[in-house]
Amino acid sequence: MLHADLYICAKLNSPLSESKVITEGEGMKLMIERLGLELLEKYGDFDNTVIIGLQPRGVVFSQKLTKYLSGILSKPVLHGELDITFHRDDFRRGTEVLLPNSTRIDFLVEGKNVVLVDDVLFTGRSVRAGLDALLAFGRPAEVKLLVLIDRKYGRDLPLQADYVGKEVDTVSGQKVKVEWSENGLNDRVILYTPKEIHE
Amino acid sequence: MSKLSTEHLLGIKYISTEDVETILSTAKTFKEVINRPIKKVPSLREVTVANLFFENSTRTRLSFELAEKRLSADVVNFSASGSSVSKGETLTDTVNNILAMKVDMVVMRHPNPGAAVFLARALKKYPKSAHARIINAGDGTHEHPTQALLDAFSLQQQFGSLKGLNVLIVGDIVHSRVALSNIYCLKKLGANVKLCGPPTLMPKYIETLGVEVEYDLRKALEWCDAANVLRIQLERQDIKYFPSLREYSLLYGVNDEILDSLKKQITILHPGPINRGVEITGSVADGNHSLILEQVENGVAVRMAVLYLLAGVPNA
Repeated sequence: MLHADLYICAKLNSPLSESKVITEGEGMKLMIERLGLELLEKYGDFDNTVIIGLQPRGVVFSQKLTKYLSGILSKPVLHGELDITFHRDDFRRGTEVLLPNSTRIDFLVEGKNVVLVDDVLFTGRSVRAGLDALLAFGRPAEVKLLVLIDRKYGRDLPLQADYVGKEVDTVSGQKVKVEWSENGLNDRVILYTPKEIHE
Repeated sequence: MSKLSTEHLLGIKYISTEDVETILSTAKTFKEVINRPIKKVPSLREVTVANLFFENSTRTRLSFELAEKRLSADVVNFSASGSSVSKGETLTDTVNNILAMKVDMVVMRHPNPGAAVFLARALKKYPKSAHARIINAGDGTHEHPTQALLDAFSLQQQFGSLKGLNVLIVGDIVHSRVALSNIYCLKKLGANVKLCGPPTLMPKYIETLGVEVEYDLRKALEWCDAANVLRIQLERQDIKYFPSLREYSLLYGVNDEILDSLKKQITILHPGPINRGVEITGSVADGNHSLILEQVENGVAVRMAVLYLLAGVPNA
């Protein structure tokens, strides 16, 4: 389990929080397959297209998506992991240092179609940092954003996803957490609501 | 843990094992960054760093400057020659004046042992300067923490872990800040440390730091997995410690002949500058088992990690 996930779990699984499962198991599998098919429709044989998952929580989702696409195409689809820590806009804004995760991009991004993948789109700040971080690896032909969950009405920046697994209406204070079996949990998406909002 | 236990990096002695591990794991990420097509990240764009060099330096000064620039910090460089230091200005006054120009971090090399610790204490008394982070880039014969961190990082990259690794430090131990910082750093990471050099260049009671001393180079090399070879610091030697450099080289010089006669291959490190033919021969320094240029590359990554972690939490 990722350090950041443990932190969120500790923070959210307090008695003050009410939780609701938005989707799980088979529902998530179908979502990944539908998103994969949408990408296949657009990019065909994926010869010039790569999948890049944003660290830390977009990585497992992007790996699952890549595995599904590779299975259908019967060939490997290029996959990378991108850390956004050094491009975040909240560095030196808190009492803790933002510790980085690893970046693994073993191919040239120059001239490629890039599908940037994250689990949840909310304020758009992570995606903004991800776009900046990506440019250090070259100038892509185009970048599209794919997310599992789009939390509408919470954007701080003018960014929208191109491919969305599920849209969820949330209010400020609520949290959406995506759990994966790869991290030792059940595949599910949970909406946490602080008690004061629930009441 | 997500921040260092210290505001300054004054020496390895003053930081915890967790701090060392955090710096090394962050350096790993920065090593990947400096191997990208675009080697610059914007993290420190709102930070200004002053590099204060009261003593000569090539690698450390360039390495710090590159690390700062690759983190997008603004950089000002200061060297003692040609400055008001020659007019009699004190260290505290010089630094206070530089900090008054809204500088956030000071990287300092100084010939006097303890200069960085002194500066950190002195600045606390000045409210306008107390915010500054200080990084010791070598203070006399005291400590050179970033060198020890980059040596440990290079060994970690080579061997995976330092736990139980046998590391030998050969040469002028008594005048070497690299040796002292390396001892603290290697011990914190669980390595076994042995020192080797002429008895006149071995500090008294050094065993109290948990290290062993061996005066026979062949025996010492036979024991170790990696050897860090140090330069003879003639500029710090006010008396003769050994008859001649030739004799030193014969007894303590690391050459192909002695390395080939060992039962195993050992990894060679050197903090630079190298005196080829004295403490190490050119063919060993340039050989397949030398990590010397790796150390220089890793130096930038480690210094980026130190700057990033110290700047990461602004001082209220």
